[in-house]
Amino acid sequence: MSDLASIREIDAFAESLRKDFPILHRTVHDRPLVYLDSAASSQRPEAVIEAMDTYYRTYHSNIHRGAHTLGEEATAAYDGARTKIARFVNSPTPEQIVFTKNVTEALNLVAHSWGRANLGEGDRILLSTMEHHANIVPWFMVAEMTGATVEWVPISDDGVLDLDALARMLRGASVLACTAVSNVVGTLNPIADICAMARGEGVVSVVDAAQYTPHQVTDVVAIGADFLGFTGHKALGPTGVGVLWGRSDLLDSMPPFLGGGEMIEHVDYDGFSTAPVPAKFEAGTMPIAEVIGLGVAVDYLADVGMDRVRDHDVAILRYALAALTDAFGAKIRILGPLDPEQRSGLVSFELGDVHPHDISTILDQEGVAIRAGHHCAKPLHARFGVTASARASFQFYNTTAEVDQLVHALDIALELFGL
Amino acid sequence: MPQLDDLYKEVILDHYRRPRRRGTIDVPPATHARGYNPLCGDEIDMYVSVGDSGEIDAIAFEGKGCAISQASASMLTERVQGGTVADFGDAFDRFKAMLGLGDDDGPAFSTDEELGRQLGDAEALQAVREFPSRIKCATLAWNTLDQALAGRESFEET
Repeated sequence: MSDLASIREIDAFAESLRKDFPILHRTVHDRPLVYLDSAASSQRPEAVIEAMDTYYRTYHSNIHRGAHTLGEEATAAYDGARTKIARFVNSPTPEQIVFTKNVTEALNLVAHSWGRANLGEGDRILLSTMEHHANIVPWFMVAEMTGATVEWVPISDDGVLDLDALARMLRGASVLACTAVSNVVGTLNPIADICAMARGEGVVSVVDAAQYTPHQVTDVVAIGADFLGFTGHKALGPTGVGVLWGRSDLLDSMPPFLGGGEMIEHVDYDGFSTAPVPAKFEAGTMPIAEVIGLGVAVDYLADVGMDRVRDHDVAILRYALAALTDAFGAKIRILGPLDPEQRSGLVSFELGDVHPHDISTILDQEGVAIRAGHHCAKPLHARFGVTASARASFQFYNTTAEVDQLVHALDIALELFGL
Repeated sequence: MPQLDDLYKEVILDHYRRPRRRGTIDVPPATHARGYNPLCGDEIDMYVSVGDSGEIDAIAFEGKGCAISQASASMLTERVQGGTVADFGDAFDRFKAMLGLGDDDGPAFSTDEELGRQLGDAEALQAVREFPSRIKCATLAWNTLDQALAGRESFEET
């Protein structure tokens, strides 16, 4: 396919879906919004907003209790969303889908529930050097509580996980916490291979799929992880809801994480017994509207087709990497692999000596929203010798014209700084 | 609409590119504090040495950060070197008021000449007020110096 045909195709696809996203039609500083921050939080289609609105307007009530009509409708919608999400990630059963408030809570649940019950003195926790703080700090906390130690699996200078080192380090380790896609360098890890390596050594694998699930097919069976978490608001859903998927036998054997209503089978003056999974891990009133919204979001993604989302992702990454390199040459340093096939959804970079925070302010004046900072991955930035980076991230609703606007705004930044 | 040219004035870029008093001072006699901007990961180390009568004998800073935070640190050190701790306190109040952070009883509005006299080059950071997400960048060095000076007091008390 010629470049021009490819560009036309990316843009036609994006344009056909943009109409579903009301926020994409607003302006910022009198310019059309160019939203290139979907890795921080995606935007959501009208259908998701409407589903949550309808719940609050017409059938809001608590779930799994009370025998009135509203309660039954809300319960059916909540449980229905679990079934949709299970189907979306190819979970063998809906009960393996546990709702949390975000991926951070999902990873904390594994660390605190599975980790505290299974780790002790001398046990080794492996973390990849490209983890988000959400998949680092809970493990440090659990290491401190249990006497286990944390070890870092190295990455190459272009942000690729060192699989030879991983193979060596897996021997005798207890758990591997690894992201499927780096939220900073954008590397798409060979996550199924990594999980297979862990399984071969009897090491439990915990996959952070926060940046992965919104951009390609998530098939928990094919990936072969023991645990996998993702968050709703990066996947077109609302904030306040995340998902933990887990292997049934592990979830069944784990102690509860939070205690309270809904997660018990029985409570008396001497103690309690827990409800079966997933209720065991869903203490208190859950974010009902958000779960329903996320169910609609994954339906929307499934309708669009995750294979087509991935195709758009690779195509717009190819366009953006070329456009940035052509425009800025030696002035730009792009972090991570330069092959779009090895990436997912985002491009982080340094531009001259213009600090990312300054870049972000200047771009905002042109209507372009990007992320600047350490992206909650300080160890990874230290690995590359930078304190912060600028990150443009994409979703299928982004067009090549928006990439052009990014380049134009970066030009203004360089000019302002006399570069 | 706030203008970028007002934010990125030449004097600010000059301090960013050629920071004054970058470096360290031995602790003691100097006291030290480290400030973080958790939003962007910027860090500033501030070193200050104060004489018996409260004059700032020596000041230096190190750190990485955006043009606003680095220029502000450089301008601050230039402004307070040779003055007194009390003098820094007054300038800090004025600086916060300029950025809209003063309380209602704070100093009244100054003319540009007055501000320049009170704040030195740091007066050029006025426009930061129009960019609320950047105010913390401008105040980072000032808060860190305030902490370093507070550390000196507790050091003397013990």
